[in-house]
Amino acid sequence: MSYPEMPQRPWRQRYHVQAIAWVVGLIILLVLSSWATGANFGMFLANIDQFTVLLVQMSHPAWDYLSVIIQPLYETIQMAILGTTIGAAFAVPFSVLAAHNLVSNKYLRGLIRLVLDLVRTLPDLLLAAIFVAVFGIGSTAGVVTLAIFSFGMVSKLFYEVIETIDMGPLEAMKSVGASKVTIIWYAVLPQILNQFVSYFLYTLEINVRASTVLGYLGAGGIGVYLQRSLDQFNYSATAVIILATLVVVMVIDGISNHLRRVLL
Amino acid sequence: MQTTLSHEFAPRSLWQRWRWLIWVAIIIAIYTWAITGLHFTGLQESAKTVSESIGKGLVHPDWAYVYNGSGEDLSSLTLQTLAIAFLGTIVSAFISVPFAFWAARTLHERWHLRSGSGKVMLTLIRTFPEIVLAIMFIKAVGPGSYAGVLAISIHSIGMLGKLFSESLENMDRGAEEAITSAGGNRTQIFALATIPTIMPEFISYTLYRFEIAVRSASILGMVGAGGIGTPMIFAIQTRNWPRVGIILLGIIVMVLLIDTLSEQLRKKLI
Repeated sequence: MSYPEMPQRPWRQRYHVQAIAWVVGLIILLVLSSWATGANFGMFLANIDQFTVLLVQMSHPAWDYLSVIIQPLYETIQMAILGTTIGAAFAVPFSVLAAHNLVSNKYLRGLIRLVLDLVRTLPDLLLAAIFVAVFGIGSTAGVVTLAIFSFGMVSKLFYEVIETIDMGPLEAMKSVGASKVTIIWYAVLPQILNQFVSYFLYTLEINVRASTVLGYLGAGGIGVYLQRSLDQFNYSATAVIILATLVVVMVIDGISNHLRRVLL
Repeated sequence: MQTTLSHEFAPRSLWQRWRWLIWVAIIIAIYTWAITGLHFTGLQESAKTVSESIGKGLVHPDWAYVYNGSGEDLSSLTLQTLAIAFLGTIVSAFISVPFAFWAARTLHERWHLRSGSGKVMLTLIRTFPEIVLAIMFIKAVGPGSYAGVLAISIHSIGMLGKLFSESLENMDRGAEEAITSAGGNRTQIFALATIPTIMPEFISYTLYRFEIAVRSASILGMVGAGGIGTPMIFAIQTRNWPRVGIILLGIIVMVLLIDTLSEQLRKKLI
């Protein structure tokens, strides 16, 4: 009786050449980047008392500061709502143009996607810094920043939703000679509306988080007070701001999660 | 909208028929509140000239800044930004693993003290603004990229810990059960079943988080935590728009490159 020959592993696999190469590469990159950033764990440990002093101050929140920040907190939520809405409104036509099952022109689609990719590369605070220079200090800059930021994010989420729809109703309407707009209104919209609203709420959650720091560069909302308290080394006020933000974010997240569960 | 037959025939109550009106009223109320609450400063007089000069600066970027050998130019600061993001993400990935095991709910109970407290902890970390962390670390280790590394490594735990714990909750337990039934002990189960099953997902999430960290690292410099953000905020404050233009271009190219690279790697992994 002869046994079938055991499959032999090539030496590349037997000695894990690939895995070892990845690990070595990773370690080299780690060493290079800790050299480039001047990371020094000992220095952090030596200065840890500075850090703990900060933490101790923050663990005694100055609750009376709460009355000062209620109004800017509202402003932050208002900025997030308006910014997300404007961004989402602009995202709808762009997402239709970027979806491959609705637009067959490859070049138009590629161009639109390139624009969306470019918009998405820009971090929110960078946009805020530029728009504060354009619009001046205040919530206008914040709303514009959030609008552009959510435009990039929402349009990608939207066109991915559009690409997953059932093409049956579309073909049925096309075969009876319906116009493009009618098709979108009666065959596309009913299929995607719930998911659009769900993604809109998700973006709103992210924007509420983002809008709390935009004010740091002067774009309105609670961030203005965050910056003020940090500049005055008033860390017990900073703690109140962070805790209040946490509560707001959790409440908004809760509402939005509940609505999304109802929708889907 | 999908309406089933039974839905059509059942007589709808007054509440069901007019419920949408309440929703419309709520939405109108929210938007009225949002629009009237904000004080729109309106366009400044300088807005037009500023945007024109920004446009001009973006079209004619300051190419000389790309490399001038001083170590303070675009290319070296971009590399520094990448280094901050990379180091921060890797450190954070290692710290996140214990947090993930803390927060993962493996038994299907409604409330679980260990996993519940872990999830609250991760939410707290996630909501703590990265900029504030950066400022706190600047107080401890001085301004520079090291503060940025520390801020990213702590802040990323919030998201990585959550993603890791979710993949632990949803992982395939087949390999673990196989080793248990063959009489393996806990260490063997962990090393031969849990880790190999979970590793690709962990690496993929870490790469994804690295993409986000690159964006963060490029703005943390605005508060003094190293990287490309510092010259950016100086250029904006001194209205040096050609310089702003070239830095913007640099950030866009860097982020696009990293996103594409990481996406390719992630596709290979899963």
